[in-house]
Amino acid sequence: MPTDGGATTRASNPGETETPNLRGRSEWRRALRSLAKSRTAVVGVFVLSVVVVVAVAAAWIAPHNPNEQVLERRLLPPAWLDGGSRAHLLGTDHLGRDILSRTIYGSRISLAVGFSAVIISGLLGIAAGLVAGFYGRGYEATIMRLVDIQLAFPFILLALAIIGVLGPGLRNVILVLGVAGWMVYARVVRGQVLSVREREFVEAARAIGASDFRIIRRHVLPNTLAPVIIVATFAVATCIITEASLTFFGLGVEATIPTWGSMLSDGRAYMGTAWWLTTFPGLAMMLTVLALNVIGDWLREFIDPRMRNL
Amino acid sequence: MLRYILARFLQSTVVILGVLLLVFFIVNLTGDPVRIMLPPEANQEDVERLRVQMGLDRPLPVQFVRFIAGAVRGDFGESLRYRGQPALKQVIQRFPATLTLAAVTLAWSLPAALLLGTIAAVRHNSIIDNLATVLALLGQSLPSFWLGLILILVFAEQWNILPSSGYGGPWHVLLPALTLGAFFMARNTRLVRSGMREVLEQDYIRTARAKGLAERIVVVRHAIKNMAIPVVTMIGLDIGQLLGGAVVTETVFAWPGIGRLAIDSILHRDFPVLEADVFFIALAFVGINLIVDLLYTWLDPRVRVR
Repeated sequence: MPTDGGATTRASNPGETETPNLRGRSEWRRALRSLAKSRTAVVGVFVLSVVVVVAVAAAWIAPHNPNEQVLERRLLPPAWLDGGSRAHLLGTDHLGRDILSRTIYGSRISLAVGFSAVIISGLLGIAAGLVAGFYGRGYEATIMRLVDIQLAFPFILLALAIIGVLGPGLRNVILVLGVAGWMVYARVVRGQVLSVREREFVEAARAIGASDFRIIRRHVLPNTLAPVIIVATFAVATCIITEASLTFFGLGVEATIPTWGSMLSDGRAYMGTAWWLTTFPGLAMMLTVLALNVIGDWLREFIDPRMRNL
Repeated sequence: MLRYILARFLQSTVVILGVLLLVFFIVNLTGDPVRIMLPPEANQEDVERLRVQMGLDRPLPVQFVRFIAGAVRGDFGESLRYRGQPALKQVIQRFPATLTLAAVTLAWSLPAALLLGTIAAVRHNSIIDNLATVLALLGQSLPSFWLGLILILVFAEQWNILPSSGYGGPWHVLLPALTLGAFFMARNTRLVRSGMREVLEQDYIRTARAKGLAERIVVVRHAIKNMAIPVVTMIGLDIGQLLGGAVVTETVFAWPGIGRLAIDSILHRDFPVLEADVFFIALAFVGINLIVDLLYTWLDPRVRVR
């Protein structure tokens, strides 16, 4: 989005200007009811839950050790094809490793990277947005210029450049994706703070002598979180794809850890002969990202339809 | 009006300076850039020679001023991989490839998105609408390198009708442009659809219908015109991102653009080229944003009054 365009001058639907406070009990019930009405969102929540359960329980579900190499069982096709084995439902790769087990274990890395990176960038961005919106003036100008500067880099390019200097590895990937993504939160939170700052309850809190910190924590912050959740849902999806891309290029997670990105990169040479090497990890990633996007869409409709173009 | 333009120019300059600072900071992040630039087996003598050669033996603020002074003149030093070649020249040589890919990508994905998004909005909840929604979701959820691999598998390996990678004849651009455009088409279809639906609920549309205009005329004459601003925003965003080089797509298809140059220069530890590349991409992005913002003032007089 350009920094200050005229694109936001469109009218919003009346009656939906209040962003709901997610703390109240009845809000949860309202959320569940709205969720039940959206078939795609229910499917999204279901798929994501399955992926989370699989990731947590990988050690119990996976039929094989994901790194176990059985060279005489190299490039076995999936079980339902000629030459397939029931022991390897989705086949094996060029080193005889079980594709199903590796795909199952890969979900761990994707989710871990996605969620950790989003927590880091969320915390950074929320803090920056609160300061910028609440204190205004120099703080705001400085922070928003920083946002502009970082937005001038494509996300993956910035991640690549920092990884290139720091070196690859799981920890660095999480850190880099976390640091590279804070701007969107800062921008959204600042916008929310600007509108909350002038409300009566903030004035009232100030009148009874509440400190800035208390006002921000008790009155401003809770009212900024709804859009943050929307942004975060889409960001988890982006981070999962970016991690896989970095790993695919050999600049991401260590080769010893099974990940969807490394499976795709390994299988690339066998695409013409052994399609299952790249198909299953790719499908797993697509389904996960699709689920997150669907949930994000529903959250956006539920929380604030005006944010459609976010 | 003039003041607004000047202010935006000034703002962009500040952003560019900030970009340079960030690039400088990233490369100096680990303390000793010379150590990262040289292979691990380099001896102390090599390290010292390169350090002096690059002026890295001087204090950091001095280095930064020298870096900025060089950057303003387009001088990022020499490529470490191709000795004697200026770093920026490498970037500029690669730019036409990126530009070609961007143009072909936009040329198919933008009209497709405009058409599909508009039809989906006008025929709300129809088969086309549902199809557009599914396509858009899929396009946004497919990792582009995976889509690229699948397209290579189908079109180059199985059917053998298109080249799988490289740069040359007009056929080479098709698969990368298809891969890259899938995401842009998906996102833009959604933007057009939701924007159009909002426009169609406005009072002036009801008025147009009430006075008996055919639906086709209502859409073409009244609705589409009011989509101009969001669509310009959208195109600006697309061009900015496309000129930034599609790092992933260019690499998968061995397309010699500036996005792949970024990966190459990281893999070969060619940091002057990386700096020049990143700077060039940021410059393109800021430039496009500036143009889009100035376009608003022409398209939407309300912006001028602020």
